[in-house]
Amino acid sequence: MSTNPSVWQLLSPYPPGWGGMLLSGAVSTILISLGAYLFGIAVGLAGATGKLKGRRSVVVLLDVYTTAVRAIPELILIIGLYYAGTDGINRLLSVVGFPPIEINGFLAAVLVLGIVQGAYMTEVLRGAILAIPVGQIEAASAFGMRPWLRFRRIVLPALMPNALPGMANLWMSVTKDSALIAVVGYQELALATRLAAGNTKHYFLFFFAAAVIYLVITLVSNVLFGSLETHFRRGQPKAA
Amino acid sequence: MDFTWVAAYWPLIVAGAMQTVLLLVISVGFGFILAIGLALARVSGPLWLRWLARGYCTLFRGTPLLIQLWLFYYGVGSFLPMIPGLRESILWPVVREGFFFAAVSFTLNYAAYEAEVLRGALLAVPKGELEAGRAFGMSRFTLLRRIWLPRAIRIALPTIGGEVVLQLKATPIAFSVTVMDLYAVAYKVRQDTLLVYEPLAVVTVFYVCLTLVITRAFRLVEMQVPIRR
Repeated sequence: MSTNPSVWQLLSPYPPGWGGMLLSGAVSTILISLGAYLFGIAVGLAGATGKLKGRRSVVVLLDVYTTAVRAIPELILIIGLYYAGTDGINRLLSVVGFPPIEINGFLAAVLVLGIVQGAYMTEVLRGAILAIPVGQIEAASAFGMRPWLRFRRIVLPALMPNALPGMANLWMSVTKDSALIAVVGYQELALATRLAAGNTKHYFLFFFAAAVIYLVITLVSNVLFGSLETHFRRGQPKAA
Repeated sequence: MDFTWVAAYWPLIVAGAMQTVLLLVISVGFGFILAIGLALARVSGPLWLRWLARGYCTLFRGTPLLIQLWLFYYGVGSFLPMIPGLRESILWPVVREGFFFAAVSFTLNYAAYEAEVLRGALLAVPKGELEAGRAFGMSRFTLLRRIWLPRAIRIALPTIGGEVVLQLKATPIAFSVTVMDLYAVAYKVRQDTLLVYEPLAVVTVFYVCLTLVITRAFRLVEMQVPIRR
């Protein structure tokens, strides 16, 4: 490495450039976000169903979950859940008589962010389901559709246009919240950038490059969610 | 659960809470002023200014606050000493602190989100009211001061309350640039006493209380201006 490498040498994807590290960081950021998002959707669907159809105790429990997650700062939630989760699993293992294991950082990140996402997703999906005209669901039941078929044919297609704007917002926030995982030490884009910047002392260059990568992720997602929404809104009357 | 440490760390917790509140007040206060300018630029500015304001909002809303904070603290911070005369000036003790960079990046970030909210609210003010103001012969600035802006802020008030709470929940990352805020105190307690959950729990109670205070305050302000729906 020359004493004063150029910008392109520093950002080159091959060592001694640090671009490859940034790109692999970006890939793990996207993977963590995707995993957490899907997990969040699963939690959200279960949560929304529980809030709408569940017994009183289930509803109260879910209310505590969504309120707590939305009232506590993300960073504290992530750190608390990260330590509580890894610690809890190891304690459980030691009770059963297994040696403690090193928890996979990726899995922990996905679960922690997914639990946070799930709370917001519960509210988004609950609102979207409530916005479906009851008559449509009743009509489906009158046709003798079983709950799963009714969900797949009637509820899901009717729910998507209502839920998509909120879901798009949540995807944007999970890609950005995943940067907080850097604080607990899992190497995604933010932490990779910090390492590259610390090693080369070109702080501005690398953080700016990371910002550009995040921005590209956001802009591409915007386009994707836009076309998803037009797909799910097909056949609906155009807004005036 | 062991809370005996609270007695020893009480002053530090209060000082941390002050830092958190100070960060919040600075970023919301200055951010709001900046947001008014940005929103006006996007609604009624010349084309180039509209695009500039729009680009600003996209840039700050499309990247994580953590990256913005680190870009300012490590990136811009490493350039600052090169500015001739700055290190000798009276500004230097302020400018070299992590708190300064946290305040600046939080302000710029908050302004981007708030501008988007205000833009919608400015467009939501009924046209008739603005026309009535113009018919009274108000100048553009008077119209803005007396009708457009107050009406828009009233419309946006519930959303602004939500944004302030979101901003509060974003402040703990300031600890990563050496600000001794509430979360940093919890971090220090953990290092000193090896307790993980207790300090987090105490600090969380503080954040939730602050959230309650903010939502109550906004409800009070909202009740000052009754609106008929």
